[in-house]
Amino acid sequence: MSITVKDVEHVANLARLELSEAEKDRLAGQLSTILEYADKLNELDTNGIEPTSHVLPIYNVMREDEVRPSLSAEKALLNAPEEEDGHFRVPAVME
Amino acid sequence: MSLFDMRLSDIHNRLHHKDLSVSELVDASLKQIGETDGKIGAFLTMDEAGAKKQAGELDAWTGERGLLFGLPAGIKDNIVTEGLRTTCASQFLANYNPIYDAGVVTKLKSAQSVTVGKLNMDEFAMGGSNENSSFHPVRNPWDTSRVPGGSSGGSAASVAAGQVYFSLGSDTGGSIRQPAAYCGVVGLKPTYGLVSRYGLVAFASSLDQIGPITKNVEDAAYVLQAIAGHDERDSTSANVDIPDYASSLTGDVKGLRIAVPKEYFGEGVDTQVKERVLEALKVYESMGAVWEEVSLPHTEYAVAAYYLLASSEASSNLARFDGVRYGVRSENPANLLDLYRRSRSDGFGAEVKRRIMLGTYALSSGYYDAYYKKAQQVRTLVKRDFDQVFERFDIILAPTAPTTAFKLGEQADDPLTMYMNDICTIPASLAGIPAISIPCGLAEGLPVGLQIMGKPFDEATVLRAAHAYEGNTEHHKLRPAL
Amino acid sequence: MSTPFETVIGLEVHVELHTKSKIFCGCSTSFGAPPNTHTCPVCLGHPGVLPVLNRQAVEYAMKAAMAINCEIAEWCKFDRKNYFYPDSPKAYQISQYDQPIGSNGWIDIEVNGQTKRIGITRLHLEEDAGKLTHIDGGFGSLADFNRVGTPLVEIVSEPDIRSPEEAKAYLEKLRAIMQYCDVSDVKMEEGSLRCDANISLRPWGQKEFGTKAELKNMNSFRGVQRGLEYEQMRQADVLESGGTIVQETRRWDDAQGKTFSMRGKEDAHDYRYFPDPDLVRLHIDEEWKERVRASIPELPDARQARYTEQYGLSSYDAGVLTASKQLADFFEESLKYTSDAKASANWIMGDLLGYLNANNLELDDVKVTGQGLGEMIGLIEKGTISTKIAKTVFKSMIESGKSPQQIVEEQGLVQISDEGAIVAIVDAVIAANPQSVEDFRGGKDRAIGFLVGQIMKETKGKANPGMVNKLLMERLKG
Repeated sequence: MSITVKDVEHVANLARLELSEAEKDRLAGQLSTILEYADKLNELDTNGIEPTSHVLPIYNVMREDEVRPSLSAEKALLNAPEEEDGHFRVPAVME
Repeated sequence: MSLFDMRLSDIHNRLHHKDLSVSELVDASLKQIGETDGKIGAFLTMDEAGAKKQAGELDAWTGERGLLFGLPAGIKDNIVTEGLRTTCASQFLANYNPIYDAGVVTKLKSAQSVTVGKLNMDEFAMGGSNENSSFHPVRNPWDTSRVPGGSSGGSAASVAAGQVYFSLGSDTGGSIRQPAAYCGVVGLKPTYGLVSRYGLVAFASSLDQIGPITKNVEDAAYVLQAIAGHDERDSTSANVDIPDYASSLTGDVKGLRIAVPKEYFGEGVDTQVKERVLEALKVYESMGAVWEEVSLPHTEYAVAAYYLLASSEASSNLARFDGVRYGVRSENPANLLDLYRRSRSDGFGAEVKRRIMLGTYALSSGYYDAYYKKAQQVRTLVKRDFDQVFERFDIILAPTAPTTAFKLGEQADDPLTMYMNDICTIPASLAGIPAISIPCGLAEGLPVGLQIMGKPFDEATVLRAAHAYEGNTEHHKLRPAL
Repeated sequence: MSTPFETVIGLEVHVELHTKSKIFCGCSTSFGAPPNTHTCPVCLGHPGVLPVLNRQAVEYAMKAAMAINCEIAEWCKFDRKNYFYPDSPKAYQISQYDQPIGSNGWIDIEVNGQTKRIGITRLHLEEDAGKLTHIDGGFGSLADFNRVGTPLVEIVSEPDIRSPEEAKAYLEKLRAIMQYCDVSDVKMEEGSLRCDANISLRPWGQKEFGTKAELKNMNSFRGVQRGLEYEQMRQADVLESGGTIVQETRRWDDAQGKTFSMRGKEDAHDYRYFPDPDLVRLHIDEEWKERVRASIPELPDARQARYTEQYGLSSYDAGVLTASKQLADFFEESLKYTSDAKASANWIMGDLLGYLNANNLELDDVKVTGQGLGEMIGLIEKGTISTKIAKTVFKSMIESGKSPQQIVEEQGLVQISDEGAIVAIVDAVIAANPQSVEDFRGGKDRAIGFLVGQIMKETKGKANPGMVNKLLMERLKG
């Protein structure tokens, strides 16, 4: 699998990363190498093999519907880069 | 002999008889850190005042004593500690002040160990050399021109350098075991689900596990005892009975059935490393264990499957670092998109970006089946390999890493070669089984790690086998000359 | 319809489940708290936190799915829907991608007296996002995460809906069902019921669907209908003038009565779904299913049928009464105090709904009770008040919440049925209006109405009308 700079740009946009031209070139090469190596998996016939997203055979882990104490507004906002009136402030949503 | 070379039971005896105080233990830790950490770089954040205060409180404590009473400990910096800066060795979290304690931190508090600080690591646990810390690299106490391994490099180096009695690390694809091997200490990755992940900053959620790094197997058993167990805040935490691990350390391995997978001794594995592991097998033979060569045929596919799965999960796990609620926000963003892009690009290092890119690509439209799903299917095959071997064997024995510690900068710009270093540790991670690395001698003056893998939730057998070996050898007593 | 196009509509409806705590953490879901005070490390998406599923949310989702005739999945899982937005703390929403909890359901709607079945593709469980308030003329936004993690079900219909009217009927029916199941407050104004729509046109007879637009921001039932009507017209205009429809998301502006294109969301559709590794699978066995099924009360359709059968109401009347659970409960409550179901239905559909509509109120907003209505009908039956007086009494009951007896007493509205008293007034009126009496005797029947009116005026409407008529006739003919 060969990754182009254009692919890199598309993926960087999805991942909200800003990359320099040099980084894009380097990543295109490195991701190509890694994905070529990953193509090794195609040597294996996995038809009908159940995918494992979890090694443990556990299911139905649930909690009861009980209200637990929340944080104080002060603590909730403790690490906020910018706050206003008890809210987290962000710049314009428009792009 | 350093205070921290004493057995836990001896330390507790001396504390009991007032021959020793917790304050002395903590001072010894702080002193050793002060003297050696300039060279090693194991710590990112110290909590000297907090540790001293807690030591004073423990010295005045008259109630029942916790399992790890008074022991100075370091915690990997991807495990959140309320009020104590937690950075994951990332610039993004350079000023992050956690608002809660991780499940294991709560457990350590009730076991009454003393946290002296937070340990350096590869940024967000991505890497195997600790060169990916965005603050400073960690150096191997055995040879400071070499890496300590990673990603729990600070955790392993700190124990090896006698800075703390024990430390906690985290292991996603070998991040406890490989640095333990490089630094000549004991590192245990428990079965997935045995130790709560609540408060462990997620790298790859289906693989991450917290575990102890110690100087000997007995200590590993005690620390595991303290941190293992069900946590209702972690849905993937197993609700299983926790045995008394220390009581399983009988020294008896007669009749123990050991599998030796040939795939772990192939090309790329250093000759001396192979020799040390084969010597260890002889020791087991002499103790009455039996062994046989086996095959784990899908081993060669594990690395590729692992990097796809771990990176995919990471790309989603690390999306929350967006500069809205915590962490570093770039100055004067033009708009929201600019804020996201610049905060993330400035905050993350090269390896983190690379994995986010790889994972985002693997999950993106049109590639999910070819990469993510395929890797999950291969994961099933890898797990089946282990299931089959464990039908006939009690443990699997292999090297922890193909080589000993390499020099800083030696592999820095070659991600794929770097990823191949994890070939021996990744399969157990994919299968979710417990695995320990213990010292089994030196190769050209550098420690070699012996890896013992066991059945799910059978840490007791893994520890018993490791402890029996340790009792018949002196390797774990070797200390680096600092 | 006179246009050359057939309209095709599918609705995506989000319903907030009214659990006490959030879907993945213990924070309260209650509405209206100060910003960010119903938050914790989990719902704020702090590093290291993990979700734990709320059992009640699952059971509400099961209940809702069963009530709209869905099949319940034996196994299902949760997936991450990845996208960056400041109202989404983890930058992914935990949702269900390819294994929804419910699928292949349907509900019946009634439009113009015809019953029509609308298919339901799926119902899945997911978490709600936070709330953004835009400030400084759009140069900044404030994020409040109190709502983050409120459990939601998303209900996706088949493209079976053929008109804005049907869409409104579907939505109203869905609301009624959710209300009956008691899984949600289903208030569009508070956002506990939200609706997006896909709408496209195609020439009559064509099988393939036309290009669709996705419509958002319709915040009321009326808004849904108006938005769709506008969009239907807009698309028809585009097509008739030879243009093509662009597949896009459009925002309904209720004030302007128009839809507007929402640009700049090109990459929004690559959500990179994958199974959430922090959660384990859900297994719903028969026993669990049956336990939940048993908790589902009588639903609107069944109740409507029962009303026609049991009380002899018309299907239309029964439909109006059962369209809201509160209204139906009100009706049934009244029947504990009167046996005249038709009278109760008429009072509810006429005076009560008329009052609510005129004042733009919901039943919850007024204090009148079913018991009050039942007792008032009893007073009419006993002759204590006249039907005419009852109208005044009922209005007063709606406004004050007082019992009819209390109102009648306080305002002295008891009907005069004392023959002696009425005869006296009748005689006085006859004496005072000789011309009318003469007219009546001369064959002008209409004059009687004037005389009755005068008598009622004298008694402030309280005279028993039957007795007035009888006594007046006796006197005039005698």
